[in-house]
Parts: sequence; C-alpha cells; structure tokens
Amino acid sequence: MQARQLTIALAGNPNSGKTTVFNTLTGTRQKVGNWPGVTVEKKEGTIHKFDRELKIIDLPGTYSLTPFSIEEIVARNFILEECPDVVIDIIDASNLERSLYLATQLREIDCKVLFALNMADLTRSRGIKIDAEKLSELLDLPVVFTIGNKNKGIDNLLKKAIELAESDHNIIQHRKVRYSKDIEKSITLLQSFIEDQPRSSLAYNPRWTAIKLMEDDQIVQKRIRQQFGAGGEKIIAQSEVQRKLLADRFDDDAEIIMTDERYGFIAGIIKEVYTTSTRQRVDLSRNIDLVLTNRFIGFPIFLLLIWGMFQLTFSLGAYPMGWIENGISIFSSLINSVLPAGMLKDLLLDGIIAGVGSVVIFLPNILILFFCIALFEDTGYMSRAAFLMDKIMHLIGLHGKSFIPMLMGFGCSVPAIMATRTLESEKDRILTILITPFMSCSARLPIYIVFAGAFFAEQAGTVIFSIYLAGIVIAIISGRMFRSTLLRGADAPFVMELPPYRIPMAKSLMIHMWDRSKMFLRKMGGIILIGSIIIWVLSAFPKNINYSQNYSARIAGINAAYNQQIAAESPQQKTILEKKRDIVIAEIERAGKAEKIEKSYMGKIGKMLAPVFEPIGIDWRGGVALLTGFIAKEIVVSTLGVLYATGDSVESEALGKALQSSGMTGMGALSMMVFVLLYIPCLATVAAIKKETGSSKWMIFSIVYSTGIAWMFAFLVYHAGRLMGFS
Amino acid sequence: MQLSDIKEGSRAIINHVGGNAALRRRLHEMGIIKDSEVYIEKYAPLRDPIELIVKGYHISLRVGEAQEISVKTVK
Repeated sequence: MQARQLTIALAGNPNSGKTTVFNTLTGTRQKVGNWPGVTVEKKEGTIHKFDRELKIIDLPGTYSLTPFSIEEIVARNFILEECPDVVIDIIDASNLERSLYLATQLREIDCKVLFALNMADLTRSRGIKIDAEKLSELLDLPVVFTIGNKNKGIDNLLKKAIELAESDHNIIQHRKVRYSKDIEKSITLLQSFIEDQPRSSLAYNPRWTAIKLMEDDQIVQKRIRQQFGAGGEKIIAQSEVQRKLLADRFDDDAEIIMTDERYGFIAGIIKEVYTTSTRQRVDLSRNIDLVLTNRFIGFPIFLLLIWGMFQLTFSLGAYPMGWIENGISIFSSLINSVLPAGMLKDLLLDGIIAGVGSVVIFLPNILILFFCIALFEDTGYMSRAAFLMDKIMHLIGLHGKSFIPMLMGFGCSVPAIMATRTLESEKDRILTILITPFMSCSARLPIYIVFAGAFFAEQAGTVIFSIYLAGIVIAIISGRMFRSTLLRGADAPFVMELPPYRIPMAKSLMIHMWDRSKMFLRKMGGIILIGSIIIWVLSAFPKNINYSQNYSARIAGINAAYNQQIAAESPQQKTILEKKRDIVIAEIERAGKAEKIEKSYMGKIGKMLAPVFEPIGIDWRGGVALLTGFIAKEIVVSTLGVLYATGDSVESEALGKALQSSGMTGMGALSMMVFVLLYIPCLATVAAIKKETGSSKWMIFSIVYSTGIAWMFAFLVYHAGRLMGFS
Repeated sequence: MQLSDIKEGSRAIINHVGGNAALRRRLHEMGIIKDSEVYIEKYAPLRDPIELIVKGYHISLRVGEAQEISVKTVK
C-alpha cells in the first residue's frame, strides 16, 4: 500500500528556532532551492515516519503575514495557494507575546494550525511558565512543547501534526480574533457584500478576504479584481467606504487599529496563560552584549572578529587550496601521459581542467567563509554586527549587514557575493552585489605589483594603496547613484530584532556550510565549464597559423647543434652547455607561443580592440592580457609574460623591464591598473552575480557598467596625468 | 516628547507611532503600539541605531525612525 502523503509547512518568526526544528526533522534529506521567481531560499525535505510520507517545507521566517516583504508574500501565498495539510507555527516560548501576532494571522487563514512552543528549556530556566492546555483551549488548536536543538518533543509534534491533518477538525469561527464592535460591523458588512457578488469561485475564505480588504491589502485587491471583474471594483469601492468610515471614527488607519486590536486580543491570552516568577535572573545574553556592543570596545572586537574571519578564510584556506592545486596538476600530468596528443587533449588540459580548476580551488575559501558566517548568524552576532555598522553603511544607502560581503570582496568576489544572502531586502542585496566587485580582490594584487613596481619604484606602495582606495570611493559613489536611480524606493525600515545569544548547533553549521558549497560546485560548474571552453577555443584556434618562422625546425636544429657540441665536451662543460641549450630553446618556444597567441582569435580580437585601448594608453598586448583576465585575474600577468617575451613564469622584474622598454608610459601603467581595478570581474564572479541576483539582466548590467566605468576612469587618469605633465 | 530624546537606561510609554505607512505597520507588528512600555537599552557606539526592549525582547531602530515615535516618560 502506498504510504499516505502529507504536506507540513513550518511557519514562525525569525530566530524562533524554526530552522533548528527543520534540521532536526529532515536531517540531511533536505533540498535547498529558491521559491519560484524570487531569490528567497526554499527549503524542503521528505521523510518517512509513522507510515506516512511527510513533505516538510520550511517557510521563510516572518513576523507577520502582511505582504510587505518578499518573505511574507512567499509564506502567505504558500499557505493560501498550496494549502498544506497542516501548518506548524514554531513559537519561541520565551517570546510568546510577539510570536502570537503571527499566530493570530495564521489562525485567520483557513488552515489547520498547531503550535510548537519551542525552546521550552530556556523558558523554564528564565522562570516563565506557560499554561499550554489553557492556550490550546483558548485558541482551539493543539499545543506541543519542543526543544528543537535537543530533539525533544519533535516526535510528539509530528504525531500531533498528523493527527490534526487527518482529522476533520473544523475551524470554528468564533475562536478567531474578535475585533471591536465598529470593526466587526464593517467586516461583516463587507463579508456579506462579497458573498452576494456573482462569482465563479472565491479562492479564499470571505471573512479573511474582508479583513484583508479592510487592511488595504494590495495583493488581495488584485485577486478580487481578477476573480470578480466589474463586481470586484464594487467590492473594493465598498471596502474604501468602510475604511473611510473607520478612519473618521478612530482618527487612524484601519490596518493600524486592527493591528492594535490583535495585540489587545493577545494581551488577553497572555494574561491567562503566561506567568513569570518575580525572581530576577541574570540575563547572560544582555551581559555579553554589554561587552560586544560596548561604546568603546564594541568596534575593536568587531574588527578583530572580522580580521579573524578574513585570516581564516584566506590564510588557512591557502593550505587546502595548495593541495587542490597540486591535485589538479597531478591529474593534468596523468591525462597528459595517458591521452595521445591532439585536440581532445588540448581541450581537456588547457580548456576544461585549467578553467574549471581555477575555480574549484576556491572551494576551501567558500567552506571556511560560510562556516564563519553560519557561526555569526547562529550565535546571533550577525545582527550585532549590523547594529554596529549600520550608521556607516547607511551613508551609502545600505543596511549594516552589507558590510561583511563588501569586506570579503577584498579577498575574493565570489564568496563575497554569495555572502549577500544574509541581506533580507532584495534591493540591498542587488546593490551590494553590484558594488562588491569594486573592492579590489586579492587576485588583482600581482598585476598592481608588476606595474607599480616597474613604473613607480619608490612610490609603489602609495600607488597600490591609492588604487584600493579608489575602488572603495567608486563603490560608494556607485552605491549612492544606484540607490537614487535604479534601485530607488524608501529604505526598508531598519527595525531588526537582536535575538539572545545562543550556542550554535554543530549539525546546523555543517548543513549550512555543505549547502553553500554544493551550490557553488554545481551551479558554478556549468557556467565556468562553458566559459572555459569558449576562451580555450578563442586562444587555441585557428589551428593552421602561418608562423613567421619554423619554430620546431629551429628548435630541432639548435638541439642537434648543441647535442653535437655536448657529446664532445667534458662532463663539467656538458651540464653548462645543457643549461644553455635549454634556455635558448625555451626562448624560441616562448616566441612561438607569443606568435601563436598573437595570431589566435584571441590575439585578433585584441588587435581589433586596439583602437579601444589605445586612448587609455594600453597597447594590443595589454588588451589581450585584459581579455584573458576574464577567465581569472591571475592569468593577466602570465599572459603579459608570454606576450612580452619574458617567459610565462611570473618574474615580475623581468616583465617590468620588458614593459618599460615596450614604450608603455607611467601614465599608461596607472591607467592599466585603474582598468584592472574596475573592469569586468572574472568568469566565476560573473557566474556568482547571475546566480545570486537570479537574472541575466543584472549580470549583463554589472559587466557593462563596470567595464564602462573602468574605461572612463582609465581615460581620465591617463589624460589628466599627461596634461599635468607626467609621462 | 520623541523616543529619540529618551536617555539610555530609562523607560517610556508609547503615545503615537508616526512615519510612513510601511514603517508604522512594521513597528506595530513588532509590538511597538500605543500604551506599551519600552526600555531604552543602549545607543550603538556611533549613536545610531538604538536598542530597545519591548514585550521582553530586544529590537533596534534607527534614530530617524525613533524620531517618528512620540512617548510619555515614566518615573
């Protein structure tokens, strides 16, 4: 027999321990994706228990179901449209009064609800007593105590949920929230008005619809217009009349009065079920906060923690990065020795392994970074960080939480962009994603070192510092500009809960870390793979190049000549000669490579683009290097090495000399650095932007904007410098 | 008197919540409603935002948002 299928939705306030309960229920059998059309995370998991197949859905954490934020819309729509068999409202028992606000709203929708009074242990230790039976009786729904992080009461919760889902429990009207006489009168009037309208079918319960119309709910109004046609306009007009009536009587908007009355209703319940012992206990969380958000040491501690996170991510991460790198090179040489020479081998080695390999090595960074972020979030420190930084970030029109992704941008834009997931508002998220690439990532540093070292020997440090600073300034200006144009709209209210500090659960941290990494490997893999192949094709084709000279013949000739000499010499001389031979051959090979790049499609594109780079003082070789920088910024220096005849090892001094003798000027070098700072981020970053904004539109915008800005500033720097008499 | 005028470590009773509709509604939903008591726990090191205790939990608002809330002081 097929097991019965039930859908259970978990609703609740943020920080109510909802995710912990979800993790305890589903363990590793959970699937993380996005809700359709929005970038809000959707988590679900299917488990088999009590002979049933239970599909458990973690709704976004919300304080209410008014459709103001995407999370609230997503949660409400799921309950209204998908009609889960039962909704479990996870309530932080120590925060009962505010939690009941969402609960009353759930109660008003026609769905089967039960309460999980979570963190029951914490409540007891704080001297709070909740009369669950009374609460159950007052609201006419089952109430269960749970301790999510200790797996207590969870089985009982599931059992009760199944019982409720399979019962033909009718939701009794009079157990719902009652409003004051005037409001009830308006609701009843509107309700019967709705019921009288000719209609095909009414999706939602008429009383709920009436309440929502009284609250000026835009989404319900839209639905009414769709469903009732002309009748809909009449209903809405009627609701306007009632709203006006109440506004006149109470001297305030109906939705505000109704919110107040719900809290009044809640206060009545609290009085009956909630008792707290008068004994004042030490509030540990408050004491921790006295230190961590202290006026004098709050910031130093914050900076120390962020510095620690940065160090862990990029310094500790460097070790496994090295191992992965070694692993990839072992794998490459294995393939090199196994496969016969040919196109397939080139594609595999120079295209796929080189391209995908250059991204896979970020995995340790991502793992460590997300471990740290999960730690900050789960302990409750993240909201304190936002509390500390908000004043500063608000200057750019951003939320305090944007600070962490932007800072991570100095290490690597990929994890930085992924870290924007901690931002609740979509606009803040997109804005932060757009400006984070201007934080100069660590892969760009070697480029600055080469150019600043060669052209500004004494002031190299100052020049590089100024480049970093320029990035920050341009990020701030861009941020302000976007905020007042593309991403306009009132700032989301900052109103943010500062939850008590909690000890994080290892299981949650692991799940969080693993989810991110999986997403990184899977989704990035696709785009990076395709991108790598394209770039490889551009640099490896056309195959039949008309070389200016026959390099292999020359190499063979030189080889033969030296070998003849070597054979005649003493053993001592032999080694010297062998070295000499190798140097000469390497030089010719490099020249051959340079010509190959020059004549490849990539080189041709570079030369074609020469007119674009010429006004900013960069020659075609610089242009080609910048193009290859799209795969990864690390490649820019090695491409330059090949093109400027200094070998593809990253010997910055030799390269610097070659750059100087090639006719590049100091202003050209500065312009190059500015361009590198600002232009199109690497392939992995572009993939991350697409993934996190959920649209190609923003990805393309970011590419065009950053490259346009880069060219503009490079041009300004180059010509302003020349006008001022620098060369 | 506005909520932003209240000193750290004192109490106040909410009189009226102003501001734009979205902010008002959000504050109301979080339990900052007429006649409820708030405790000003602290100001952030840069004097913005403010941390309050209301209905037994901690919440932070920007000073600009607190300016929209008129209060009565309590002894």
